[in-house]
Amino acid sequence: MNLKPWIAVAVIGMAGVAIAQDNSTLSIDGETFVTETDAPAHLENVSTIYSGWRFRTPETQALQVDDFDNPAMIFVDQGIDLFNAVDGTEGKSCASCHTDGPEEFAGLHAKMPKVVDGKLVVMEDLINTHRQDVMGAEPWKWSGADMQAMVALIGLQSRGMPMDVAIDGDAAPFWEKGKEIYYTRYGQLELSCSNCHENNYGNMIRADHLSQGQINGFPTYRLKQAKLISRHNRFRGCIRDTRAETFAEGSEEFKALELYVASRANGLDIETPAVRQ
Amino acid sequence: MKYGIGLGLAAALTASVVSAEAVKPTAVVFEDGAIASSLSGTPGDAANGAILMNKGSGNCIACHSVEALSDLPFHGEVGPPLDGVADRWNEAELRGIVADAKMMFDGTVMPSFYKTNGFIRLGDAYTGKAHGDGEVQPLLTAQEIEDVVAFLVTLKFE
Ligand code: HEC
Ligand code: HEC
Ligand code: HEC
Repeated sequence: MNLKPWIAVAVIGMAGVAIAQDNSTLSIDGETFVTETDAPAHLENVSTIYSGWRFRTPETQALQVDDFDNPAMIFVDQGIDLFNAVDGTEGKSCASCHTDGPEEFAGLHAKMPKVVDGKLVVMEDLINTHRQDVMGAEPWKWSGADMQAMVALIGLQSRGMPMDVAIDGDAAPFWEKGKEIYYTRYGQLELSCSNCHENNYGNMIRADHLSQGQINGFPTYRLKQAKLISRHNRFRGCIRDTRAETFAEGSEEFKALELYVASRANGLDIETPAVRQ
Repeated sequence: MKYGIGLGLAAALTASVVSAEAVKPTAVVFEDGAIASSLSGTPGDAANGAILMNKGSGNCIACHSVEALSDLPFHGEVGPPLDGVADRWNEAELRGIVADAKMMFDGTVMPSFYKTNGFIRLGDAYTGKAHGDGEVQPLLTAQEIEDVVAFLVTLKFE
């Protein structure tokens, strides 16, 4: 080990990068969102957490401040149609039982993932369990348009509420596993989530402005892909880019990682469905 | 790969034919993070090194800015700017940093470009699939390391 001083150079370099994230305030239909707050107590290396919205260009940010401009809302509307559509052998729709509409699920998203009967479940699990067990319908594909439209619709009911997942009790072993994955340097590039989203948020990596990799806006509408992106799909993309073998969407590993990453956002307001580059 | 710099490319191709003598990634000897002698036995080609800084498995400017390459867009900020890097490090040190920066900077996020083992869940390039049983290729060949180093030694503040 050798510590020659490139530090002087780095300081000069920093001058151009003075602002890691911008100072804009996110307000949607007159409601102001918490996009910056003290990090939850369990976070050791970060003192302030920021929504990914704060790292995006003004053009991308603008698409999220008015629901009429937010391209994700088309998919939310499809989610409402799906909620009311009869499907499966039992001749039921979600609305047959959930007669008050999706509003019934306000607050649920803020607590997900959670442990049910000893198993860690995420929103996609809840939805497919209902489809299969009570409706007799085919399960939806994890990152399919139907599934993510429904995840977005249910998530929207908690928009503006702070993320608040439990990490103790039954959740503790899953959370520990997720944390381990977060700090593991995968692939031929040997990069962990933390290398990019904890050590380097605010920095440019090639053409991308690195954020803290928070998931309080998921599913997000990605302009590049012109559709809703699931959390697990985003995780997969990030691991693939380290020249690693990824985990599968819906895998136990990704559910544990989702719990851990969600807990890093505890205190940030839910923005579902957010818009990203 | 860009074919604009035809001479540089031709030189690189010739070089890789000669590189039968290359030191294997697993046989490289580091001294205080530096590698004393050439990995390929053939002098590096700075022009091809400049191409590797931008492209393919090198892609150094994803993390570093380099004034000399300012015609290329999107230089990163994860690592320090490389301007004047040859004033700070000699050739052997630069070779060591490019081949395996973790030998010089403990735990650095900079990838190891001449390394073939010790990975966790190694993938098949950027497919997201497992690598399989085939021989693992380093991110850069011995000659490509030499080419990049030949470019880096030109980065001096006069
Ligand atoms: C046959 C009636 C029935 C149908 C059809 C049905 N549900 Fe449910 N759902 C329930 C009941 C009862 C509960 C509360 C008990 C429970 O959590 O299982 C519930 C709970 C839920 C919950 C909250 C779970 C939690 O942990 O708080 C979600 C989310 C949900 N349903 C979504 C859906 C969706 C989406 C559909 C359509 C794809 C659907 N349900 C269809 C009866 C139904
Ligand atoms: C090589 C760097 C790199 C690594 C390693 C990496 N990511 Fe990312 N990630 C990015 C980039 C670039 C983006 C897009 C810009 C941004 O939001 O940071 C991104 C975006 C994200 C987003 C979307 C954020 C938003 O606001 O929409 C999430 C979530 C995320 N990453 C999670 C992860 C997780 C979890 C891991 C580890 C499994 C990981 N990333 C590893 C580079 C990386
Ligand atoms: C994922 C980001 C990343 C990539 C890609 C990367 N580096 Fe680095 N590099 C770094 C970081 C970070 C440092 C600072 C070392 C440390 O961690 O203390 C560094 C340090 C260096 C140094 C020493 C700089 C000085 O001023 O002392 C050199 C030389 C260097 N890198 C060359 C390269 C070359 C050549 C490539 C492409 C073959 C490359 N790097 C690719 C992140 C990267």
